[in-house]
Amino acid sequence: MPRFSKLLPLALVALLAARASFGEVAGDPERGAVVFAKCGGCHQVGEGAKNRIGPHLNGVFGRMAAELEGFPYSKSIKRAGADGLIWTRETLDAYIENPRVLVSGTRMSFRGLKKEQDRADVLAYLRTFSDDPSNIPEAEPTALGTDHDLDPAILAIQGDPEYGEYLSNECTTCHQTDGADEGIPSITLWPEEDFVVAMHAYKRKLRPHPVMQMMAGRLSDEEIAALAAYFAKPE
Amino acid sequence: MKLNRRHFIATATAASASLSAPMVKAGGHGKPRVVVVGGGAGGATAARYIAKDSKGEIDVTLIEPTRTYYTCFFSNLYLGGFRDIGSIAHSYGTLAVEYGINVVHDWATGVDRDAKTVALAGGGAVPYDKLILSPGIDFVDGAVEGWDLSAQNAMPHAYKAGSQTELLKAQIMAMPAGGTFAMVAPPNPFRCPPGPYERVSMVAHLLKANNPTAKIIVADPKPKFSKMALFQEGWADNYEGMVDWIGPDFGGSDVSVNPAAMTVTIDGEETKVDACNVIPAMKAGRIAELAGVTDGNWAPVNAADMSSKADGDIYVLGDASQQGDMPKSGFSANSQAKVCANAVRGALTGSKVFPAKFSNTCWSLIDTENGVKVGATYEATAEKIAKVDGFISQTGEDAALRKATYEESVGWYAGITSDMFG
Repeated sequence: MPRFSKLLPLALVALLAARASFGEVAGDPERGAVVFAKCGGCHQVGEGAKNRIGPHLNGVFGRMAAELEGFPYSKSIKRAGADGLIWTRETLDAYIENPRVLVSGTRMSFRGLKKEQDRADVLAYLRTFSDDPSNIPEAEPTALGTDHDLDPAILAIQGDPEYGEYLSNECTTCHQTDGADEGIPSITLWPEEDFVVAMHAYKRKLRPHPVMQMMAGRLSDEEIAALAAYFAKPE
Repeated sequence: MKLNRRHFIATATAASASLSAPMVKAGGHGKPRVVVVGGGAGGATAARYIAKDSKGEIDVTLIEPTRTYYTCFFSNLYLGGFRDIGSIAHSYGTLAVEYGINVVHDWATGVDRDAKTVALAGGGAVPYDKLILSPGIDFVDGAVEGWDLSAQNAMPHAYKAGSQTELLKAQIMAMPAGGTFAMVAPPNPFRCPPGPYERVSMVAHLLKANNPTAKIIVADPKPKFSKMALFQEGWADNYEGMVDWIGPDFGGSDVSVNPAAMTVTIDGEETKVDACNVIPAMKAGRIAELAGVTDGNWAPVNAADMSSKADGDIYVLGDASQQGDMPKSGFSANSQAKVCANAVRGALTGSKVFPAKFSNTCWSLIDTENGVKVGATYEATAEKIAKVDGFISQTGEDAALRKATYEESVGWYAGITSDMFG
């Protein structure tokens, strides 16, 4: 990780801070091997693992997102990698809980592991196939941090889609309403909750992108809800 | 310019006679009418948003002289060979056909603020309830000694994209081996603050491939410019020894040109050049001055809705406006247009008016897949559009981030042009 340490100080600090506020769940690699069956349809791991529908997962800890040569990653995840997303215990946990919350345009069509213990177990299993553990702060407890510990009151806000439509004018300078995603991801038809979680992750500088951190940074909770309501069902 | 008022009133009456049932907010002449002058990032966006969101309740006329609009943004990428000229060309067909905008290809030559009409070069006048001026820039006469518009073929400005940009590129390509390209950079404020320096990068890229011993001289009246550290790092890393930037400390503000002899004199020292890009000092597009809404070179506006400080029924967008902290950019004009469209619609149809929010991001390309950006968000205060928060790319960023930034700019181009032209 030293290679990227200059890029991500805020996000790393924020992730570490977030992690401290979470409960500690120890992972069981043996049980994780069983949970991994849900992943095995697309991902291989272990000796001789190859890229299949998804990239192989040997050495995934400490790897930059979209770093493997020769795998046709989505633009979204390539962008996330370029922005400094490194696969760590925390980022992987957030990703496998709900891939689109962390990387909106990912091709990984996986609903996510909702149970904290399942995620801890599968990450403990994957951890055994990463041969450079020095990249991970192993000495610290393997507590889980995600970027979506949002206050349920924030998620419960009903957005005003008319206000959202007006606010969306700022988004559509870059994000195309027809869903085109060249260079910049599509945000049309996002589920409202994913949208709210993602925008708050930018606002809190957990997601690493300076434009989005700035844009989200000045939106109120109500405005984020309004945008989510609009983009979930644009006219 | 003095207008013949009687002629305007007669035309306005004739036009309104053909319209249907009056509405309260339209001054008793049918549907409320919005006229937009200028079909660039400000005007095209404003016309499209008002037409789209009013759902037929407002008649929108867009007056733009050219049938094919070449965006200034990304025209430097054409110079560098990263885009062809067709990829920055746009037409108004969708705005006319799908949004029902009355697109008039003509020059607006005057505004009668009492009669509320816009005169056209081709004759006649167009009545308005609300007028939006988004004319971009014109050049200040006598700004660069020895240069005026009649010299624009010998020494192009290429600061309104299209044939000027093509001409400049042809002249660069025709430079003899080891020849000299000169740029006279403009004083503040001017359209697209990083534009001249992105252009230097793109010219260097073009010359490095075609004429690697050529030299670039930049005479600049400003001690500092947008993204200066990023550009200077980029020039040193990618075009070593090619770019000689001469700031005011070394005479960059003491410049004259001789277009007939193709010479540039900087601080008393005359240099023979093979291609020369003169970017003079700028002012609001002429129609703003003719409308009487300028104060000095620019048109002061109220930050909350972009209305002119001289006339509440006239709005000024983009480069021509004097609004506060936003840079003169296509992104800014597009952002201001949406705030203005919301306010104009509210004034004419009573639709809900939301508070103004503005933003800007400017991407620049330094070399292949080496993009940088600067941006900020803004809010309306009583005095001006004021900066809230901003960011800028850092020197020493790795190649993957620079590539992603470039790809993002390509995505933004697709986004903003579809936001403008539908």
